This record gives sequence, structure tokens and C-alpha cells, in this order.
Amino acid sequence: MASITLDRLAHSYDPNPKTDADFALKEIDYEWEDGGAYALLGPSGCGKTTLLNIISGLLVPSKGHIKFDGKDVTHLQPEERNIAQVFQFPVIYDTMTVRQNLAFPLLNRRVPRDEITKRVADMIEVLDLADKADRKARRLTADEKQKISLGRGLVRYDVNAILFDEPLTVIDPHMKWQLRTKLKDLHRQLGHTMIYVTHDQTEALTFADKVVVMYEGEVVQIGTPEELFDEPAHTFVGYFIGSPGMNVLPCQINGKTAEIGSTKIELAREYNISGSNIELGIRPEFVSLSSDRAGIPVQIDAVENIGRFKIVRANLEGHSINAVLKEGESVPADPTFKFATDRINVYENSHLVRAGG
Amino acid sequence: MDKPYNNKAWFLVVPVFALVALSAIIPIMTVVNYSFQDTFGNNQFFWAGTEWFQDVLSSDRFWDALGRNFMFSVIILSIEIPLGIGIALTMPKKGIWVPVCLVTMALPLLIPWNVVGTIWQIFGRADIGLLGYSLDQLGVNYNYASNIFDAWATIILMDVWHWTSLVVLLCYAGLVSIPEAYYQAAKIDGASRWSVFRYIQLPKIRGVLIIAFLLRFMDSFMIYTEPFVLTGGGPGNSTTFMSIDLVKQAIGQFDLGPAAAMSLVYQLIVLSVCYVFFTVMSNVGVDKPDARVED
Amino acid sequence: MLELKNISKKVGNALHISDVSMSLEKGSVNVLLGPTLSGKTSLMRLMAGLDRPTSGSILMNGSNVVGMPVQKRNVAMVYQQFINYPAMTVYENIASPMRVAGVDQATIDRRVNEAADLMKLTPYLDRTPANLSGGQQQRTALARALVKNAELVLLDEPLANLDYKLREELRVELPKIFAETGAVFVYATTEPQEALLLGGKTATLCEGRVTQFDRTIDVYNHPSDLLTAQTFSDPPMNVLPVTKVGNEFVFETSRVDVPTNVSGLADGNYKIGVRPHHMLLEEPKGHSMKLDCVVSTTEITGSESFIHLQSRGAHMVALMHGVHRVEIGDAIPAYLEQKSFFIFDHHENLVSAPTFDSQN
Repeated sequence: MASITLDRLAHSYDPNPKTDADFALKEIDYEWEDGGAYALLGPSGCGKTTLLNIISGLLVPSKGHIKFDGKDVTHLQPEERNIAQVFQFPVIYDTMTVRQNLAFPLLNRRVPRDEITKRVADMIEVLDLADKADRKARRLTADEKQKISLGRGLVRYDVNAILFDEPLTVIDPHMKWQLRTKLKDLHRQLGHTMIYVTHDQTEALTFADKVVVMYEGEVVQIGTPEELFDEPAHTFVGYFIGSPGMNVLPCQINGKTAEIGSTKIELAREYNISGSNIELGIRPEFVSLSSDRAGIPVQIDAVENIGRFKIVRANLEGHSINAVLKEGESVPADPTFKFATDRINVYENSHLVRAGG
Repeated sequence: MDKPYNNKAWFLVVPVFALVALSAIIPIMTVVNYSFQDTFGNNQFFWAGTEWFQDVLSSDRFWDALGRNFMFSVIILSIEIPLGIGIALTMPKKGIWVPVCLVTMALPLLIPWNVVGTIWQIFGRADIGLLGYSLDQLGVNYNYASNIFDAWATIILMDVWHWTSLVVLLCYAGLVSIPEAYYQAAKIDGASRWSVFRYIQLPKIRGVLIIAFLLRFMDSFMIYTEPFVLTGGGPGNSTTFMSIDLVKQAIGQFDLGPAAAMSLVYQLIVLSVCYVFFTVMSNVGVDKPDARVED
Repeated sequence: MLELKNISKKVGNALHISDVSMSLEKGSVNVLLGPTLSGKTSLMRLMAGLDRPTSGSILMNGSNVVGMPVQKRNVAMVYQQFINYPAMTVYENIASPMRVAGVDQATIDRRVNEAADLMKLTPYLDRTPANLSGGQQQRTALARALVKNAELVLLDEPLANLDYKLREELRVELPKIFAETGAVFVYATTEPQEALLLGGKTATLCEGRVTQFDRTIDVYNHPSDLLTAQTFSDPPMNVLPVTKVGNEFVFETSRVDVPTNVSGLADGNYKIGVRPHHMLLEEPKGHSMKLDCVVSTTEITGSESFIHLQSRGAHMVALMHGVHRVEIGDAIPAYLEQKSFFIFDHHENLVSAPTFDSQN
């Protein structure tokens, strides 16, 4: 187990990058703590796989260094880094049984026989695969295979980090829950440093202590799930986290008031900004409906009942805006919207304007 | 199998059926006919029962030829399969060298059997052939026309040169379809080069390997042209394989009955050996389907 | 209108589809919801005419189409993999079914532009699929299926290979597009959320059997049996085996009054299903069943928290709004609200469902 330092890391697939846009991964400087659970979250093409490949050693970054426990490993091969990786599609050794699969990395490292037997037996127990231990791995279901590929990393007690590359892609929703919980459980028991790459916010948020949100090669925010939800540092984070995402409305700020077209909205504090690209962000969870005439006038387009809650899709001065209603609540007659004032965030050029700005 | 019916499709298959009937079934029926009868010319036939079959099966000549066939196939397979896998493993998986390698590999496959025979026949001659002459100059007494070992070595070399490419191409196709993640995972698990081959590459190319094995077996078991062109089955009877023997009997001696019986036995042997190979090889490493109660 | 009557499909000895009857209206969206290998794709192949049912009949607008080859049926299909003609531009890809049908150029032009507009593909019409993102490729495939003016459009997990957010956006757009075309849409998915967002009707599949086929929200609110309820629940539904003794449901040492609307039930074994967001960590006002639990895992998404609990061998999940921190290993009480009980009898058939929120 190890801490991972990303020391002014950047990567371009172009050998002679000229502009910032040539970088698939823009400069990142960060330290991942030993034993932490981290997620790299972003849409495809955001650079998260590039970063993962740099950590695993498949790619040498064009700039900067990567260190495990302070030791520079930038130019080490994957096998020299002592890491484990779980891939999108389960990788198992077809001809081996579950037990042999788990013993394989230890055999290769010449661990003594009885030590192997013991560790593998423990791992089979931990992974709940006892009844299938002597079956050919090929005959197992996708989620069981994924457990084996994870197990092959975990039996090596000394791995520096375990990397996950969208490991739940081929797993049914029902099994996703079980596997995710298992993963979380294992992290708690064994305390490995884990890095999880995904485009699925639920997976990232439920798994990680800290989520790294990436967008167009740039890390736009690193934070706990709460921070990402409450104070998205970038409008992209607001949009990407949450389902439906945060409402982002272009506005003018005038002291303590935001103006969206002719609609005036009270803010929690005074802002002193005058840029042209100002936006107001409010999560649908913090938009409520009422018949209050003094509320924000909107035109309701659709109400979607999706079981646990309802999504109210509406239009405010030509901008689409969503609100969320809890199960059992219904849309009042002639509804208006109300924003929870202390939940409103203000953005300038897509970046959050923090206190004092 | 149970796709919606489209009756027109059957009419399209009719010509093929007709062709197969004319080209395969009718000649085979003729052979079957001959194998149970005797003739003294004039289109007069007498029922001979299983006499020819008994003759064939009790003749040393048949068993000797059969022995040679098996020996030849075993040698061919034990050289071409490992060699083919080996070459396929060293071929590049991407880049500009891929087409170059593939074309080079495919070249011998484009040359007809008898041309291959002729090429090597000349190539190996001590007076005018490059190989034969060079060996001769080096003091190696090499002469396929008089030395049994040299004759065998030349035929085997010919076949290896001609057909290893097929094994290579099949294995290569199997190898390039293995996802990159398997190699990465193996690296991370600390697997040696041998383990990667043994536990990833070999299991993943098993399917194409079975095909390569069967094709090479059938083809080598039916060897004819190479020894025919090289020495005509000699020196002595040392390279008289079943097919050559068959031709000698049928055309050289005009023993149609025994030749017909022999060709049927020959065919039966090829079919049954292939069947055994196929069943054994497709079951190797496959565990019994277990009672899957839970799903 | 497409009607399936007692369709079964056997391959060898395995029954892939077992006695399915359903009738799909014109202009409707029909979701096939079920886990992998539940028979969604098999059923679609039967509908398309790619396979022939072992027994039963398929009626399209009243006439039997069993045995009619797929080329003669007016069917479009979109797969999980993005399937386009790699050498053609997006325009030609979309136009291809009309070219085959011999539609005149002016009409092709008009319909391709309409479809491209709908699918937000207008800027990419001159590109080839290799130069498109996954989402754009799949939208091209969708557009091609739509311009065909097919009577039956089959979509087999069309969004499964797309990014989460893109999926969310297309899920919102698709129902609107479906509504405009008037074809019969069949949409297979493994995700309950997707079914709910698409609306329309949903058929839940399990091992080749349609366990229920009804309006999506009705299937969600009134699953006919436990299997359906579990298929249509994400996160998974909490299920507790209970015994009814007199006026009480009993689980180990926990008990709760039987709801008044089902007070007439015979004593015996039942199962209670409670969706995770109705499992509470604070005692509610009304009747509830208190369970002594131990926290096994917590997952916090920022807006919600999933608390995984163990209670005498039963694994449960509570979904709380907001951030809710509890320590793993803590013993805490959890409450199952009586008014949110799904009650199933010993055959696992629904006896009673929660009544709130049945309108819309």
C-alpha cells in the first residue's frame, strides 16, 4: 500500500504539443493518500483513462513525475510497480479453476506453497466464492469473474494500489449493488489504496472518499461527494453530478439580486462581479413548487413520474429548468418555483464565485 | 435451423446438390461397385464378395504403406504445429510490417503441389541443384534417389516449407483477436512469457489450432504429389504411401478390385482418425457441464 | 398493432421464451425489463421475424406473420453496438433504407434532414461514422431506424454503451421522438430507472416469462408478484419473511399491526417488501416495524445516502435523503413503515401494495 503523488503531471499524445488543447491530460498536481478510495469521474474523452494508464505504467507522461510513497516510478513498467488492475471486461485464466486463478500471481512471485494455500483459502472466503472454488473460472457469471480479477490483486498483500477501469460495465444493475458493496467492504477490511475510473456518477460517489471530476483533459474539482453536490466548483460538475443535473441559468448580478431576463431572484449574499458570462446554479432538489403568486413564474412542460420521485420539467424565460418532487407530492395548480436561497451558487466563466468574490 | 421458411432458397441449392451428386456420390458408388466385383475386361463383372477387402487387409504391402502414412503425418504435425505457433508468436501485431509478413507467409500456399515437388527435386540435385550441390561440396553425402533417410527428409522439408504458413496464418488470426487487457493483467500478475503462452494464448487459439491440426492431418495423410514427383515412391518402396500404392495398383497393374477396396479402406481410416481427433481435441480442457441449479 | 399469442420458443431442450402473450398498440413505447439472459433479445428476435416461434402466433394488424421473412416485414432494429455502414457518410447512412425502398431524392432529402434535426446530427451529416463519438454514432443508427417509417421499431439496450449523462439526455428525448412517429416501439433494458424515464408500458421478464405487462408506473406501484417487484427495483427491494399471527406480522422479535385493508388475511407465512427509501432510521408517526440492525456499509452520494444494514441474516438497504453519517458496525434501529408495505403471500403473489401516490 502506498500514497500516490502526481507531481505536475501532464500528457499529450502529440510529440510536440503547442497549445493547451494538444494535451489529453492537462497539468495535475495532487497527492493521493495511502489507503484512500478515489474515483476518476468524467465523460468519455475527458482524460481519465489517460491518467489511469500513467498510474498503471502503460503510458509515460510527457511532463511531470508520478511517485509511489515518494519513490519516482515514472519510467517503471507496470509489472515493476506492484499494482493490481481490474478491467472493464473480466480477465480470467479460462483453463484454470477459481482457486488456481487466485494462486497464479503468488506462484509467479514464488511465494511458499503453504502460504499460497492459506492466502487463497482466505481470499475465497472473503469473496464468497467457497462453493465455486474448484470450478473452471470460465463457467462463472460476469460478476463472479470480476470478483476473481479483483481477488488476484488482493491476494498480494503488498500491492501499492488497485486500479479499476469501469469494472461494472458488464454487470447487471441488481448485481452492481452487491459487487459495489463488496468492494467497499473489502476496502474497509484490507485498506488498499484504490483508484476507480468511471463515467457513472453513482458508482463514483458511492465508492470514493474523494472524487476527481475531469472534463476535457482538466481536473475541474477534487472533493468529497458532499462537496461536489453542494458546491460544484464548475458548472460542468453541477451538470455531471446529480440526476437530473444542476440547473444552470445565464443571469445578471446586481448586488444581492440575480436577474434572469425580467425575473429577479434573491441571493444569500452580495456579489461584486460584473463579467458578461455570469450564471446561476441551483440543483433541482432545491427548487420547490407552490401556488405562491410571489414565486418565480414558470411554464411547466412535463412531469415525469419515475417512482421514487417526480421530475418537473419547466421553462423559465426561455431556459429549461427542472425541479424534483418527492414521492407523494403533486404539482399544485398554477405553480411557481421557489429557490432555496442558501443553495444558489453563482458562476463566472463557468467557475464558482466563492465568498468574497 | 428454424428460421422462417423461404422456399425459394431451396431451388437455389439444387444445382449444388446436382453437382455434389455427380462429382462425389456417383464416382464413390462406382468404387463401391468395383470393390465387390471382379472383372476380366469386356465389361463382364463377377460378384467377389468381401474377397478384395480380405486381400487388402491381409497384405503386407497395405500395412507397410499405412505405417508410412501414419509416420509421415506424425512427423509433419509435430514439426508444423509447434513451428507454426512459434512463427505466429513472433509476428508483429500492428504496424507496417504486418502486411509484409502476411504476404510472405501466404506465398508458399499459392504454389501448386507438383510445382513444389519439381522445385525441390531440382533444388536437391547434387549436379544442378543449389541445395544438393552445396551439401555435396560440404562433404555431406546427400542423395534422395538412393538414400531412404534423404528421401524422407526432402519430402518432409518440402511439406513443411509448403504448409507451415497455413498453421501460421490460422494461429496469427487467433492471436490478434486476444484483447490487450489479458496481456496487461498477466504482466500485473507477474506472469512469465511461458505462462502467458500457456494460460492465455494457447487456450485462446485452441479453436483455430484444432482446425489447423485437422487440415494438416488430412492433407498429410493423403500425401501423393511430392513423393511421386521426387522419386515415384522410391528408393525401393520407402516413400510408397497409400495413395501412391493405390495408383500403382489401379493404373500400373490394373487391379481395379483391390484398388477400389483399398481406397474405401483408406477413406474410412481418414474419416475415423479425423473424427477421433476432433472429439478428443474439442474436449480437452473442457470440464463437464456441472449441474447448474442456481441459474 | 402487434399481438403475440402464447408464444414459446425452444432451442434444443432449453425453453428461451415461455408462453408469452402481449398486445402492443400503435404509437406506444413498450419496455422489456429484465436482467441479462431473461429473454429480452430472444423475444425481440421473434417479434422481428428473425426467429420462428416453436408455438403460438404473431399478428401484425390482425394478420398472422409467423413464417414471413424479416425482409418483407416493415421492421427496424437498433442494437447495443453502434451499427452503421462505415464507408458511408451520416447522410447516406440515414438515407440507406429509403434508397433500398426506391424513394425519390427530394423525399429522401427532406426526411434525412428532419431526422438529423431531431437527433441533433445536422452538423455531422458529411462525416463518416468513424469520425463521430459513440453517442453520435448511436443517434445515427436511431435516425436510420426512424426514417424507415417502420411499423415496428425494436431497440435492444440502445443506450447501454453510452456515457451515463448522454444516456440521461437521450432517455428524455427518446419518448418525445417515439410519440411523433406512430410506430410500435419495443425497448429492451436491464435498468429499472430507464423504464421509468421512458414511461409507456413495461413488461418485466424473468427466465423467458413475462411476469407482468402494464403501464410502467402501474407495474412499479403494483407489481403482481415478488419477482416482478424485485426486477423493477433499483436499489433492490428489501424483503422480509414474516408470519401473520392474529392481528400482527411477526419477524423474529419484531412485530407490527397488520394494515387494516388486509386484516382479513389468513394466518401464515408472508413476505413484506419495502423499497429502500421507505426504510427509515427514525421512528415515523404511523405504525411501523422496528428492526434491530447493524450497519454494514454506508455509501454517500452527496444528495443521498445508502445505509446497508444486517438484521438477523436479512440484508437491507435504507436510502436516506441528504448526507447521513453512521459508523460501520453500529447497532441502530430501523423502521419499516406499515403504509409502504408490499405484502406477498406464500406463493409470492401480491396481496397488497402501498396506496399513496397512485394517481399519475
